[in-house]
Amino acid sequence: MNIPEDLKYTREHEWVKIDGDVVTIGITDFAQSELGDIVYVELPETDSEFDGDESFSTIESVKAASDIFMPVAGTVVEVNGDLEDNAAYINEDPYGSWIVKVKVNNEDDLDGLLSAREYREFCEKEQD
Amino acid sequence: MAELKKTPLNGIHREAGARMIDFGGWDMPVQYSGLTDEHRAVRERAGLFDVSHMGECRLTGKDSERAVNRLVTNDISLMTDGQIMYSPMCNEQGGTVDDLIVYRLDRENFFLVINASNTDKDVAWIREHTKGYDVTVTDESPQWGQLALQGPEAQTILSDLVDFPPGDIGFFTFRTVSVAGIEVILSRSGYTGEDGFELYCPAEKAAALWKALMEAGSGKGILPCGLGARDTLRFEAALPLYGNELGDDISPLEAGLGIFVKLEGEDFIGRAALLKQKDEGLKRKIVGFEMTGKGIPRHGYPVFDGQDKEIGVVTTGYAAPTVGKTVGLALIDAGSAALGTEIRIGIRAKKAEALVCSKRFYSKKYKK
Repeated sequence: MNIPEDLKYTREHEWVKIDGDVVTIGITDFAQSELGDIVYVELPETDSEFDGDESFSTIESVKAASDIFMPVAGTVVEVNGDLEDNAAYINEDPYGSWIVKVKVNNEDDLDGLLSAREYREFCEKEQD
Repeated sequence: MAELKKTPLNGIHREAGARMIDFGGWDMPVQYSGLTDEHRAVRERAGLFDVSHMGECRLTGKDSERAVNRLVTNDISLMTDGQIMYSPMCNEQGGTVDDLIVYRLDRENFFLVINASNTDKDVAWIREHTKGYDVTVTDESPQWGQLALQGPEAQTILSDLVDFPPGDIGFFTFRTVSVAGIEVILSRSGYTGEDGFELYCPAEKAAALWKALMEAGSGKGILPCGLGARDTLRFEAALPLYGNELGDDISPLEAGLGIFVKLEGEDFIGRAALLKQKDEGLKRKIVGFEMTGKGIPRHGYPVFDGQDKEIGVVTTGYAAPTVGKTVGLALIDAGSAALGTEIRIGIRAKKAEALVCSKRFYSKKYKK
């Protein structure tokens, strides 16, 4: 299972790249593998605001739709429009296929994210 | 929660690392290597499915033929020994109790293959509605393992395991034969839109039969397949799924299965209601549709007309692997059912555009 050391993670199987008060969010290798063949990503509008834990996107595999949740409260500043017609990129390259960039309301909220080591342990427990 | 029921192949699925789900109370593989790969394998080569969860109900006795014909909407009096026939089975209101496959061994021995989730309901229904006939109804479901070998290579794979040319078994016929030394009911049938076979064997032989078929298919690109691919395959071929396109409150006429409803033949349960439905004109129909807007339509999503009036519900939808489009089936008001009608699918907070189209998303490749 590929879990890059330089990213942060959530228990909802998202990766988070922190750059000041802007975070880039995608789903992890574990998540894409669990979902199977991804066929569509419903992206939010730029400038839309979300609370922490609120659903901001839906990823559709052949079989089912899965909500993706905000790791922290914030405002969407950019969405990855390339995914609109090429959702399968997430299967091929989950860490290269970001979904949204979000300006966070409170940088302190980021302290609750998991490190790569913590996320790996979390996944191993989930698989048991 | 009650413990999940297991097919005789449960151990094989789990050892192989298949992803398992609760399918109507059964612990079943939804996918092995990946849904799309499995789907393609069946379209292009071969796939093997465990469908042992399906129910089997036998009717024997001298009134068997009359009793079965009373139960189902198709005319099974046209069958000869060794034939199989698809038919809905209706309630008095014309709704569908189940859809099933009838195997005629002889005039006094019929083998009915019914949906797993309906097995108990069907057997009770069949017992209740064959009172007064000289028939014995036996629920044989636990005794049988059922495998489906599907795809263009199915016949070649099978030919290594039998001592006759499998091509001798024509579409929708069956024989009791030995496959890899195991006695099976072998029929040329399936639920994928491809050529293929279904094999019924004693439950305790199912694992050996599975292994023999996988081994015979290994050079032909066979893949073990889960229920995920079974659903996308049957959907592309517009084969209905009970609980989606059919239900206790959906008639076979509404589902577009009129060719399996012989209103002119002998009386059967639901005939009067279906005749009335036909005479008055159908108020709703299962239609195909293609998404022109974005999003994936799923079972249960609402359907709207151009004026935002709710006109029905999506019964199945997929980004269809072989068709390469996002398409669906929906049960909607007949007034919006004409080909080319603009409809909208409620996908979460949004309404996405779609066009009513033919249900034949994929042309079936049966060897008739």
